[in-house]
Amino acid sequence: MSDARANILTRLRANRPQTVPTPPVYAKPLGWDRARRIDEFSTRMQAVRGEVHRVGDGDWVGWINRELLARGLRRALLGHGAIADAFAAGAADGFEITRYDRPIEDWKNALFHDVDFAITGARAALAESGSLVLWPSAQEPRLMSLVPPLHVALLDADQLFENFAELIDKQGWSGGMPTNALLISGPSKTADIEQTLAYGIHGPKELITLILG
Amino acid sequence: MNQARAFHHRIDKALHDDQLRRNFRSALSGIQAKREIQFPDDTQLQALREQARAVRASALIHQPELLERLEANLTANGIQVHWAEDPEQANAIIYGILEAAKARSVVKGKSMVSEETGLNQYLEERDIEVIESDLGEFIIQLAHEPPSHIVAPAIHKNRREVAELFHRFYPDIPYTEDIDQLTQSARLILREKFAGADAGISGVNFAVAETGTLCLVENEGNGRLSTTAPRLHIAITGVEKVVEKLSDVPPLLEILTKSATGQPITTYFNMISKPRQPGELDGPEAVHLVLLDNGRSRIRIDAELLDTLRCIRCGTCINYCPVYVQLGGHAYGTVYPGPIGIALEPQRLGLDQVGTLTSACTMCGACAEVCPVKIPLPTLINRLRAEAVNLQRTSTPLAGRGSLRKPGEASIWKIWQRLYSSPGLYRLFSFAATRMRWLTPVSLGGWTRYRSAPRPAARTLHELARQEGFRHE
Ligand code: SF4
Repeated sequence: MSDARANILTRLRANRPQTVPTPPVYAKPLGWDRARRIDEFSTRMQAVRGEVHRVGDGDWVGWINRELLARGLRRALLGHGAIADAFAAGAADGFEITRYDRPIEDWKNALFHDVDFAITGARAALAESGSLVLWPSAQEPRLMSLVPPLHVALLDADQLFENFAELIDKQGWSGGMPTNALLISGPSKTADIEQTLAYGIHGPKELITLILG
Repeated sequence: MNQARAFHHRIDKALHDDQLRRNFRSALSGIQAKREIQFPDDTQLQALREQARAVRASALIHQPELLERLEANLTANGIQVHWAEDPEQANAIIYGILEAAKARSVVKGKSMVSEETGLNQYLEERDIEVIESDLGEFIIQLAHEPPSHIVAPAIHKNRREVAELFHRFYPDIPYTEDIDQLTQSARLILREKFAGADAGISGVNFAVAETGTLCLVENEGNGRLSTTAPRLHIAITGVEKVVEKLSDVPPLLEILTKSATGQPITTYFNMISKPRQPGELDGPEAVHLVLLDNGRSRIRIDAELLDTLRCIRCGTCINYCPVYVQLGGHAYGTVYPGPIGIALEPQRLGLDQVGTLTSACTMCGACAEVCPVKIPLPTLINRLRAEAVNLQRTSTPLAGRGSLRKPGEASIWKIWQRLYSSPGLYRLFSFAATRMRWLTPVSLGGWTRYRSAPRPAARTLHELARQEGFRHE
């Protein structure tokens, strides 16, 4: 099939358009301060049925203890690292904790059927579109924010950017990308039947963002 | 059956299906309203369109270099790149990868390019189970129908029709016409497939050369599941999808989601740059990208037709097309319907095969006004119409040029041209036409089936003007 490669590239080179296009001009920053960013993010996220709560830095474990047990959600999935350890240390008695500590192949069925919610961090968030930014890792694998019916994400209020363009610029993403990077804007949804919105199709049915600080 | 007759037959069928037309009308007016809310400020919208146009146009100019850079960076990241000239090659490559990995079941995310290659059928014939996991695609797979829209594949079905399909295939699930409950049923059915599939196949919205990154835009999470849960992921895309830099992506993403579905952003924007790395606990161990040409490199010869390749497959031109809203997607008979289909398919498949599609356009211009990358669709369609009846030799790469030329029609236009370029002949003709207007035929074929035949006035406009005292025309 290497012929295909050579043929395609040869054709593309031979058929080179002559006109020089105008280079794209990118939009200017919006100049939103921290409070405005938190506000815009929350409004956008709530508009697509994402829950947003501001909690004190030390109180998020308490918030989960109070809120999720009351909703009947007990089976928690944790990764590794500071967030997982803090929850494991402070979790109320009713929770049943699973750690994501082996390759998915060894426990796929349990992940799909026996977890109520997962807790992960968020690397950043985008105010203009109401998006969480995640770089899943060995500590917090990709499926944590996807398979359980509820995803709880912890967001540091200082990591709110105006928009995607500002984020990739300030964090220098073009210098190197992780295995997987994600923008998540609300719980999973579809409009494939009569263009009517329905939530909770394949990914989480609910998404809770806890803004810390 | 010749292409025109087949096309007219499909049109006739669509126009007589009242339910189908109601489904389309209500779905499309909803999408239009949602899109318009996303663009309250026209100046900003035009600036964003201009950005998106420039990003895509510049990527097309540097396409060969960008593809090489994409390939080098993906390879360095551990993603294997394959090149296919045509659908047959692409399907064979994908089947080969699945075979080597002993994969017997596949979950698919939405991919129009895989519709182009007929991938599902190809794999099923080779005993591989293929499950479409996007809800719309899942519905039409059950119904054994092709997509009728490139973004909303099941847009032609209403809730009752979906409920009946689910009930037929999954009789254990209680019958319901409630959309939330239907969605939950699909969730349960497809979860088992995601948990069990050997491989995932997806499309790609943008491929970033600078970082070697495949970007996927979706709402449901099925694209993420297909590209994360199985041990093998194969992506397939057209060679034109490459963009240069990561910073090119935000404007394209914004205008894509706002235009296509009227959302500020979709639920998921999924950027994949590597297979599972040592120590990571999930994600596919192997990731492949198949780059398909299928006629795209040929289109580049022509500076005007090149614009077709800027398309980011948002479907907005389709949503605003007054012909599509009456006909629906299946009447076109091609993978891509609507204005983009009319512009692209004759270039891909030949004017001799699908050139009559160009007649399904009123030249109203609505599509060009909304296209996020400013493709002049009516100009392209008009050009294709002209090429379809043009016999002159030029370097245009269009297959089937002149194939729709009718000698009768051509001579009428020839005579018309003579009349209008010679004042003497013109005067004679208009005099005769007005004085012998009773000779005008009452029946003019299709035109007079629903209208009365036009009749020349008793005096020409020139004569009337002179009567009114005008001396200089
Ligand atoms: S031609 Fe323009 S409006 Fe139509 S699908 Fe392509 S990008 Fe969208």
